[in-house]
Amino acid sequence: MISLNKVNKQFGKLRALQEVSLAIALGKSYALLGPNGSGKTTLIKSILGLVVPTSGDILFEGKSILNQCAYRAKIGYMPQIGHFPQNMKIGQLIDMMKNIRGEVNEIDDDLIRDFKLYSMYDKPMHALSGGTRQKVSAALAFMFKAPVLILDEPTAGLDPLSVEILKEKIIAERGIGKVLLITSHILSDLDDLAGDVIYIQDGKVQYNDSIHNLKEDTQEKRLGKAIASWLGQQEFLSNITK
Amino acid sequence: MARIIKYVFYDLLRTRFLLFYTLFLFVSTFALFQLDSDPNKVILSLMNIVLMVMPLISVVFATIHFYNSYEFIELMLAQPINRKVVFLSEYAGVALSLTSGFLIGVGVPILFYGAGHSAVMLLLVGTLLTIVFVSLAFLSSVLTRDKAKAIGIALLFWFYFSLIYDGLLLWIIYSFSDYPLEKVTLALVSLNPVDLGRIMMLLTLDVSALMGYTGAFYREFFGSYIGLLFSVGVLMLWIVIPTVLSVSIFSRKDL
Amino acid sequence: MRSQFYILLFLICPNVLSLEAKVIEVGPQKRILSIKEALLLAKPHDTILVHSGHYKEGNIRITQALTIIGKDYPILDGLNQVEIMTVLANDVTIKGFVFQNTGVSSMEDLAAIKANNAKRLLVTENRFIDSFFGIYFSHCKNSRIIANNLKASAKEEHRIGNGIHMWQSDSILVSKNEISGHRDGIYFEFVTHSVIEYNKSYKNLRYGLHFMFSHNDEYRYNHFSQNGAGVAVMYTQGVKMFNNVFEENWGDSAYGLLLKDIRDSEVVNNQFLKNSIAIYMEGSSRISFRKNTFRENGYGIRLQASCDENDFVQNNFQLNTFDMATNGNLVLNTINSNFWDRYEGYDLNKDGIGDVAYRPVSLYSMVVERVPGAMLLWRSFLVFLIDKAEKALPVVTPENLKDDRPSMKPYDFTQQSK
Repeated sequence: MISLNKVNKQFGKLRALQEVSLAIALGKSYALLGPNGSGKTTLIKSILGLVVPTSGDILFEGKSILNQCAYRAKIGYMPQIGHFPQNMKIGQLIDMMKNIRGEVNEIDDDLIRDFKLYSMYDKPMHALSGGTRQKVSAALAFMFKAPVLILDEPTAGLDPLSVEILKEKIIAERGIGKVLLITSHILSDLDDLAGDVIYIQDGKVQYNDSIHNLKEDTQEKRLGKAIASWLGQQEFLSNITK
Repeated sequence: MARIIKYVFYDLLRTRFLLFYTLFLFVSTFALFQLDSDPNKVILSLMNIVLMVMPLISVVFATIHFYNSYEFIELMLAQPINRKVVFLSEYAGVALSLTSGFLIGVGVPILFYGAGHSAVMLLLVGTLLTIVFVSLAFLSSVLTRDKAKAIGIALLFWFYFSLIYDGLLLWIIYSFSDYPLEKVTLALVSLNPVDLGRIMMLLTLDVSALMGYTGAFYREFFGSYIGLLFSVGVLMLWIVIPTVLSVSIFSRKDL
Repeated sequence: MRSQFYILLFLICPNVLSLEAKVIEVGPQKRILSIKEALLLAKPHDTILVHSGHYKEGNIRITQALTIIGKDYPILDGLNQVEIMTVLANDVTIKGFVFQNTGVSSMEDLAAIKANNAKRLLVTENRFIDSFFGIYFSHCKNSRIIANNLKASAKEEHRIGNGIHMWQSDSILVSKNEISGHRDGIYFEFVTHSVIEYNKSYKNLRYGLHFMFSHNDEYRYNHFSQNGAGVAVMYTQGVKMFNNVFEENWGDSAYGLLLKDIRDSEVVNNQFLKNSIAIYMEGSSRISFRKNTFRENGYGIRLQASCDENDFVQNNFQLNTFDMATNGNLVLNTINSNFWDRYEGYDLNKDGIGDVAYRPVSLYSMVVERVPGAMLLWRSFLVFLIDKAEKALPVVTPENLKDDRPSMKPYDFTQQSK
């Protein structure tokens, strides 16, 4: 579905992505993990075309995305921090998005309904709490029934109830075979949501395999523990090679 | 594109600045006409507004607007919409609204009091200069991520074209006053949209006779059909070149 | 007043005399076919009445006092070869003719009517078409040129002479004539005690009025417009210039009024409209400028440093690009109680006089005076700042060139001029 081929991204002196090669396959869901500043968001933005790689190719369904935009119709994106035009109301924003992506006939309003956003249609964006803004952001990501969903820290800032609603929605979407790419620092969330794990550090992909394999390798039951244990192994190995 | 321009427009109207801007121009133009029975003098006063105040307002407002629309731009870019379309929609929205603010604010009172040749030139020059400075504002906006820095660059553009450049020009004229400078100054004037607009206005007000031989040369050149085409063409280049430049920077820019 | 009295006297005299004289009629249907024939028959103070027709008689010389009147505008044609009429006697009246196509010469000043050494001439109600010189008097006295129309259509200055050309004469009245397309509309050199009034002189190639060494003359109620270089008054003292209009003399070297070496004169109640330079003066002293209107000129007054003791009082300066300019630092002229539309001062005691002095010379006009090309930056922000700075802290502009009692309101001169 999406493949990255030796993608590099440099911000001044900082090498945010280094030789990143990945294949995001149809019907799979990925947990994108890594410490802060490891390049997760840069990777996601590269796929969306918001960040232009210094070198390397990103293909979406076999075609390079450079200077393309039509492919984004197949992606639902929920950014880490949702930035919205401040003086628009929720309703206007949703209407505008519908209007701009005019090709969609039927929208998926599950989250709008479940997050009770209909009752807040007249609230302007600048008056919203961070959590509500995240809800709007999530609702917009799912609204157009895109086959690929890219969610950057989807649960951050949400109350537990809303987190559950969102998780259920993600699981449901996964169930119908959508491609998912999710980052989260709350690893326990990802256990139920993702089948594969991509771990990046310092802009390099360190690990890319199924969660199942990771757990087998490390003999751990929980994703968080598995990652930590795998990292320990790596450190041990590198010390030996030195 | 039209759909996005619509939302840019909508956003601009929400800020109410444009309304104040139009109202300000409208009231000042009307007041000038009221205070002065001589339309030529009104045009002269308006010329100061058009050459000094309007570029400043245009360049600052357009830069601020660009940064205030960052969220909108980001949101749009995650959608299946071309970057160029988003950028040009923002540009067209700002340019169109400032231009219509000017044309309503100044043009309507002028029409009301009767438009002469110089008034038409004023509207033409004002419109072109507004768009030129919106272009420069967008260029300074894509040159940096920092809002304050971008406003700084925008102000520098204005300062440079309104003051510094003329200082240099005066220095050149003064230092080389013994040489025939007509063609040189014509070229130099074309490198500054404000100067070019000013000279287009001056020649309709016929101050050229006071410029000695240079004036005669200018009058002959700008008075002709070709001269008008030339000056409008050069101002168009001042619109197109910064815009093309900023589009190409923006389409490679990381958000 | 004295000269006017004489003029009145001479207006009556020839008419009284002609009552006793006989009338000789000339015309294609008359016994006498040519004017020259009639001149041979005529006795002093006779009247020759010329009927409508086209007369090509070469040069006609008038050597005795005669009244020659054209009926229904007979045409006297010089066929581009000769001077049409030469007057060498006193008390000659020429009225009602069309003079056309005089000869053109670079050696002598061929004219439609030339008078030499004559007194009490009257040239009135004639039309002059494409004359080289129109009316040319030298060494004449107590003569009048009234209500003639002179029209030429030359394109080059050296192919055309002046409309009304007066040389070495005295007590001449030039009134109600209309002159266009000549080199100078009216030309006065060494002409004294004369009056020029109610004339219209326009679209002449050089000056509407060219005036030199002509002391104690007066010109009033004239209208000079669109002349190549405006009006020039030079090397003269005691000139009175009242109620004239100087209009639309616009060009690189055009002046409303050029004053050069003028002394003890008066410029009162004139209107200077849309001239590139309304008044340019050099080497002039003791001139009083009062109640003039300067409107929409490039320069109101361009004062060379060689001028002194001139007074500028109660004039209106409106919509001029520069109200005043000078090339000197030391200015010895008085400027008082004028109205300046650029004045930004206030009047706290409401007496109609601004409490702060007005400086009519801007710094930038001084720059332009030195480097004319700098005009290119006129009305730019830079120039605006330079002038504002200079207003706040005068350094370069002449310290004493200022109006200490500027009027808050424009003067209304319309009643006085009508």
